[in-house]
Amino acid sequence: MTTSTGVRKLPERPLDLDGHLRTYGPPAFPSSTAALTAELAAAGVVGRGGGGFPAARKIGAVGRARTVVANGCESEPFSRKDRVLLERSPHLVLDGLLVLARTLGAEPVLCAREHVPEAARRAAGERGVRVVVVPGGYVSSEESALANFLRTGVALPTAKPPRPTDLGVLVHNVETLADVALVVRLGAERYREQATRLATVTGDVARPGVVETRASATVGDLLDLAGPTAPLGAVLAGGYGGRWVRPDEPLRGSGVLAALRADRCGLCETTRVLRWLASQSARQCGPCRFGLPAIAEDFATGAWDRLRTRLPVVTGRGACAHPDGAVRLAASALELFPHRTSTHPVHCGGSR
Amino acid sequence: MKLGVDPVACRGNGSCADLLAELIDLDEWGYPLLSPDDVPAHLVREAKGAVSACPALALKLRR
Amino acid sequence: MTQALWFASRGTGLVSMLLFTAVVVLGVLTRGGAASRRWPRFAVAGLHRYVSLLALGFLVVHIATATIDDYAGIRWVDAVVPFGSAYRPVALGLGAVAFDLLLAVILTSLVRARMSYRAWRAVHWLGYAFWPVALVHGLLVGDLDLVYVVVLDGVCLLAVAAAVAWRVDLRQKEEVAA
Repeated sequence: MTTSTGVRKLPERPLDLDGHLRTYGPPAFPSSTAALTAELAAAGVVGRGGGGFPAARKIGAVGRARTVVANGCESEPFSRKDRVLLERSPHLVLDGLLVLARTLGAEPVLCAREHVPEAARRAAGERGVRVVVVPGGYVSSEESALANFLRTGVALPTAKPPRPTDLGVLVHNVETLADVALVVRLGAERYREQATRLATVTGDVARPGVVETRASATVGDLLDLAGPTAPLGAVLAGGYGGRWVRPDEPLRGSGVLAALRADRCGLCETTRVLRWLASQSARQCGPCRFGLPAIAEDFATGAWDRLRTRLPVVTGRGACAHPDGAVRLAASALELFPHRTSTHPVHCGGSR
Repeated sequence: MKLGVDPVACRGNGSCADLLAELIDLDEWGYPLLSPDDVPAHLVREAKGAVSACPALALKLRR
Repeated sequence: MTQALWFASRGTGLVSMLLFTAVVVLGVLTRGGAASRRWPRFAVAGLHRYVSLLALGFLVVHIATATIDDYAGIRWVDAVVPFGSAYRPVALGLGAVAFDLLLAVILTSLVRARMSYRAWRAVHWLGYAFWPVALVHGLLVGDLDLVYVVVLDGVCLLAVAAAVAWRVDLRQKEEVAA
């Protein structure tokens, strides 16, 4: 399925196995792990689950591979791209998963939430891939939490070291696996020429939803596609654990964009998100368990000085990056929104 | 050698900060803030003592 | 000579009971993070360890004086293998059970750094089994005929109950906060 922009990951209509083979041709299996990682490195495939880590390096880091996990959990509340991908092009994802599983000699697993699209379940059944439903909240789909769940039944992040790759578990976002499937078919060069990425655009826009664009598309490009409903003040890029950016920033490569009108209070939005992030803490690590509610309340009450001293203490001290995301969000809000001159929290009614 | 802590095992007991105040401080919730530098030679013995004193065995000394 | 040994055994048994009660209370306090300006957390933890060794010392004397004395025919093996003694098998057997439990706790604590924390904790919980068994052993062996023994045991019971109640209350408070 080639358009003027190249081979697309997201078809107009859902593809079953026949449709998939007609569109993309048969899957290709690389001769060795080395060949695969070389191709992926040349193609510049990076993780599409938010981390952006080079896929080839992660694969190279796996010792003795036991399991390859397709992470379709998509815990980010604003993100929809993964479930749309699993709905319309599950076989492309499974191709990538099976390529890795076969090359590394490991078991393929698709991890998803209860509401995993029926098309994905069916496709996994057809291709002999086990589907594992993951319980829990936001942090339960973090890669060490998934590895922990598969190993012990507890869907909570673990302290590193050891990383999941050290334990033989390779976790990749479903979109990353779709990229892998395309790279092995097209080769690194052809893939690079037409590389696309999926993004969810939401918030104060006329056409919210999932789009597939050139990998080099900026925030502005995506907002133009979605059509803002009013002049925008800021955009939340990277989801709840991401950061606020100006609508005209030439920022590339965020899979989730939430647009905020200029007449809405960014500090209130931040408070709401921080409170939610605090509620999603696994409560295993003190600085996250106590620090996140504390900074959320500082935002609610406008305690800016105390907040500034707290932020560096909360970040980087947990088993996973959950608190880091909250701090990143809070810091970007302080940078972008004129907190000292705004009337927040007074006009916003303070604590909601 | 550097100090490290297993954040999941750590309960915020604080014995480590009592024994190695030169290198370990506590945040407002009682959890350890470790010095990122190498442990100086004259404090290695104290550091090992702090590691064995931790009731959760969360404090670690790594090369 | 026998009388002296008998009294020595009873005396050291009582002292062990008091000391081990202190050990249990100190253990609960350590776990709960209790501390004061004079007694920081590591000092409470250290006290728990040192008193346990002191108590073990008195316990060894208690067992030794009981077995050296030929009068009641208690053998060394009766200190670790329960219910096999000729003299008051149940009462003494409980003492042996208590001693076995204590040995497990102490030996694992000596090699704590070399074993999994979870395994160490699981064994350490046996301390909560050791203490009441020791208490009942003391009461049965003495036939409850010495008032001061019963009173002292009552005080020990109160001390441990208070410590546990404090800890449970603290735990509930921790669950509510944050």
